[in-house]
Amino acid sequence: MTARDGPTVLRVEHLTMRFGGIVAVDDLNFEVKRGNITALIGPNGAGKTTVFNCITGFYRATAGRLALQRGDPALWGALESLTDSGKRGVVRPGGTLFLLERMPDYLVAQQARVARTFQNIRLFAGMTVLENLLVAQHNPLMLASGYTVLGLLGLPPYPAAERAALDKARHWLDRFGLLDRADDPAGELPYGAQRRLEIARAMCTDPVLLCLDEPAAGLNPRESAELNELLLLIRDQGAVSMLLIEHDMSVVMNISDHVVVLDYGVKIADGPPDAVRNDPKVIGAYLGVADEEVARVEAEVGL
Amino acid sequence: MAGADAMPANAYRTGAHLFGAMRDAAITGLISLGLFLPLVGFQTITDIHNVLILTTRWPLLLGLVGSITGCRCIYLIALAPRLERGALRPPQRTQALLGNLLRNWFIPFAVAFVIVYPMLVVLAVGFTGAVRWIDNFGVQILIYVMLGWGLNIVVGLAGLLDLGYVAFYAVGAYSYALLAKAFGLSFWILLPLAGVLASFWGILLGFPVLRLRGDYLAIVTLAFGEIIRLILINWVALTNGYAGITGIPRPTLFGIPFNAEDNGFAAVFGLEFSPIYRVIFLYYVILTLAVITCYFNVRLRRLPIGRAWEALREDEIACRSLGINTTNTKLTAFAMGAMFAGFAGSFFAARQGFISPESFTFLESATILSIVVLGGMGSQIGVAIAAVVMIGGTEIMRQLDFLKQIFGPTFDPTQYRMLLFGLAMVAIMRWRPRGLIATRVPSAFLKTRKTISVDLVTEGRG
Repeated sequence: MTARDGPTVLRVEHLTMRFGGIVAVDDLNFEVKRGNITALIGPNGAGKTTVFNCITGFYRATAGRLALQRGDPALWGALESLTDSGKRGVVRPGGTLFLLERMPDYLVAQQARVARTFQNIRLFAGMTVLENLLVAQHNPLMLASGYTVLGLLGLPPYPAAERAALDKARHWLDRFGLLDRADDPAGELPYGAQRRLEIARAMCTDPVLLCLDEPAAGLNPRESAELNELLLLIRDQGAVSMLLIEHDMSVVMNISDHVVVLDYGVKIADGPPDAVRNDPKVIGAYLGVADEEVARVEAEVGL
Repeated sequence: MAGADAMPANAYRTGAHLFGAMRDAAITGLISLGLFLPLVGFQTITDIHNVLILTTRWPLLLGLVGSITGCRCIYLIALAPRLERGALRPPQRTQALLGNLLRNWFIPFAVAFVIVYPMLVVLAVGFTGAVRWIDNFGVQILIYVMLGWGLNIVVGLAGLLDLGYVAFYAVGAYSYALLAKAFGLSFWILLPLAGVLASFWGILLGFPVLRLRGDYLAIVTLAFGEIIRLILINWVALTNGYAGITGIPRPTLFGIPFNAEDNGFAAVFGLEFSPIYRVIFLYYVILTLAVITCYFNVRLRRLPIGRAWEALREDEIACRSLGINTTNTKLTAFAMGAMFAGFAGSFFAARQGFISPESFTFLESATILSIVVLGGMGSQIGVAIAAVVMIGGTEIMRQLDFLKQIFGPTFDPTQYRMLLFGLAMVAIMRWRPRGLIATRVPSAFLKTRKTISVDLVTEGRG
């Protein structure tokens, strides 16, 4: 895998998150390039999900700047003036630039277009697979229904917008192999399909950045390989950049273009997968043992 | 020995089963004896010298305990094995059959019946008797159907447990009563205004409780309901306190009042005056209002806002991750639910001509909520059926005068209302814990609309 050096889409600078006396994330800096898959890895409790929650607005970062840019990269020039202005973001015809740490969670999704999945799957279990995907398209549909008023009267453009939403849902269901389960309740799907549905639902929000929290957890090797294919397919379309937390090293090494390693809330390595996996600090953080032991485990995992 | 061996194995099992059943029944009898001894066995009465005398009622006690033991015994021996066998069979077929029956046959029939109900009653019992039947059954039940459908938005769809729903009903009723008396505005102008005012109060309540969930939300809404009632009692200058407001103007048909005067409805149409016209008119007004509520419910469910409500009930965090403003979504649910309560309230005031805080107690909230819960949260038909059973049941008990001939003149059947409600609740909890209609119909589908078993649907914890 070669890292593709596109323009930056997300810039995390000096991100710090404290819970009382505990420093979960300490002065973290990294970047996500457009059209790349960036993996965030680290041992349990390293602060990976905390980073996710800060980026997606579920936590308010104690300190730091989280800037997300879409469209024309020249907008990055406006970053400092935006930071000083105290506003949430700049919206220009050519693109947008948002400071995520200033936005509540739903606006991060709605305006900055950051979609996420959850470590423990959060689907609308009592609603059908299709309905899950329609809920994800809430904001454009809400606008088309004239904030419910036009929709209640059955006036345009809502019917057309709903058809378009169904088409988009059908497209992603087809892509994720869920089309024949479209009318089943989401809670009845097998585990692997639920994981895929959650990603499909996130894709229905037309994200700029897709944050996947352990998408391969609980999947068997075959399902995991299928998921890799899907993620690569989404990446190769170019519109979506991905940030993923993963424990499954085969997934990380196979699909990511860039890897960031966290340990106790501190970044210990940052680079292409090949460089990271040979980094002694990373091996130490994961295994925490003497060199010959490392060599043995390395031999086991086929290094 | 050989004989015993030859005996079929299940005969032995039946013997053990019989013994077990007897023992179980005996224990049940003992428990009921312990329970009823102080409750039924002893009775204190005051004699003419105002002295308390302790009497005993052994025959009644023995009869009660005996019948409980007997019933338990019969249940265990004859009914329980059959029920167990029934439970082993997959229930899907009966469920689907019931659903089809409801959709294809019951609903058109029910709609037709509701439309022609006043005519049927008039034909059956004549002009004078019909007033009571249309008013007590038709209008009264439809008010609760409407309230149930309104609360269904908040509890059934958005999953926000609201124990103070009657507050909005009260706001609607008092808005109409006060504005109509103060400014002489007509019912048709004040009806939407009462809805708007009630939904304003809904938003007002919504703001502070947005961060609360489940039990906490229920407690605060309960308190809100009581606050509104206490304000109505204590702000005597405005609301006239306990005495209530009398002489509330009645609704008119395009300006034609329903009274005995020369410009009244009967005189204008050359009919003999009878109160029945007004009652029939009111019936169709509340029927229209209920139909509008139902239409809103059905339409809203298929619009993004309705899906967002249901998604909110399922998982609030996932909603936020998809860019849904949960604050606004909850507030619209509160406002929309309150609006329909406001409509119903102003209709109630116009129909009664008199309102007082007595009509807006917690018991009303509880009744409306139990209609929604019994009907099956989120189900339109279920709620309507539950309202008919609960409110119609109460009214029927008021009509059972013949029971006085059996149980003596002091017997008042309505006194047993709560007991019967309790029994109904226990029965529902036992056999249909998620309400009468325990399926959810998806709001959109690609190929087939499959109903979703309610076991998967979140109950809504706020």
